[in-house]
Amino acid sequence: MMVKALINRVRFMGNGVLNISAGVGRAAWFFIHVLSWGSGFKAPFKRLLQQVYQLGVLSLPIVLVAGLFVGMVLALQGYHILVGYGSQEAVGQMVALSILREFGPVVTALLFAGRAGSALTAEIGLMKATEQLSAMEIMGVDPFKRIMAPRLWGGVITLPILTVMFSVLGIYGGAFVAVEVLGIYDGSYWANMQNSVEFNEDVIKGVVKSLVFAVVVTWLAIFHGWNATPTSQGISRATTATVVQASLAVLALDFILTAVMLGGF
Amino acid sequence: MTSKNLEISVGAFVLAGILALVVLALNVSGLSYRADDQSYYLFARFENLAGLSERAKISLSGVTIGRVVSITLDTEDYVAVVKMAIDKDVPLTTDTSASILTAGLLGEKYIGLSVGADDELLINADEIEDTQSSIVLEELIGQFLFSRSE
Repeated sequence: MMVKALINRVRFMGNGVLNISAGVGRAAWFFIHVLSWGSGFKAPFKRLLQQVYQLGVLSLPIVLVAGLFVGMVLALQGYHILVGYGSQEAVGQMVALSILREFGPVVTALLFAGRAGSALTAEIGLMKATEQLSAMEIMGVDPFKRIMAPRLWGGVITLPILTVMFSVLGIYGGAFVAVEVLGIYDGSYWANMQNSVEFNEDVIKGVVKSLVFAVVVTWLAIFHGWNATPTSQGISRATTATVVQASLAVLALDFILTAVMLGGF
Repeated sequence: MTSKNLEISVGAFVLAGILALVVLALNVSGLSYRADDQSYYLFARFENLAGLSERAKISLSGVTIGRVVSITLDTEDYVAVVKMAIDKDVPLTTDTSASILTAGLLGEKYIGLSVGADDELLINADEIEDTQSSIVLEELIGQFLFSRSE
């Protein structure tokens, strides 16, 4: 009796491991398949354009407003800490470095996961539930080529652009608060920043980060849509899974990327 | 949304992204190619740099006139060789002296120059002979303790 229960446990565990590896394998196969535009690299340019519009242009308002406010609040907080050391002129450096290295890539990716990722999952999930994907296959149209690939590549193109815009808005928002509201000398705000920010070190590494986040967030979003149980509950669960997993993946990857980039390992 | 408007908005989006990257490059990181064509290079040898780093500023009477380009070690004399880019508009005499200074009590290291009275001017790839190394606090304390114990 005891032995049987033990064997059952082991079997249960093995089953779980197999399920997880099957999921990872499916996701990886899916990723490679989508990245190479289904079969062959012939890119339907029109569809890509459509997705850049859907994912990028329509995400602009939320990203720009968020960038502005993050920069403004950073300047405000940084000023009140730095003024205790009499070095409030360093607020420009603090705002620029924290936005370029961390806030820009991470906050934009989180917003993107909520604004665009969830929409992608719901859209593709509904397509699956209403059997549009199967219909395409029957007609001989590759859904990977027509539906998935433009979305993934659209996300990969869009997120770095959004991140750079977020950073610019944030830094100018910080400049507004520091110079106009808190009365820091305009020249020292920018000079301090320019002395400490390095283009290759800070700007480019931030863009590289956002590129990685773009791949992960969009991949998770379309995979969850494609993999969703074709019921209304299944789609709702898939959408939730996208936002939760994409956000966690962004935060965890951010730590790993930062550690690698700073050379701690 | 017609196809034409969509294309225009996507094009504007990508253009704005590139523009933002240019702003980050020029305005935020202060990346400029001015240093390459509008400056001349001088060398100086120091016994101890004590924390001077590349891109550190070079100032004359408190005005920044250049930056440190590279730092190498001379393996014959075992001294540090600092390559400096100086603004073309600033002529320096041959008896200019260079010393490593600290901004504030705990601030960053920079090179301070002071001009002499000579008539001849330094030209590209010349060396500043008169240099003074950074004061290392630990050495100073060590000397003080040593002189007290005698």
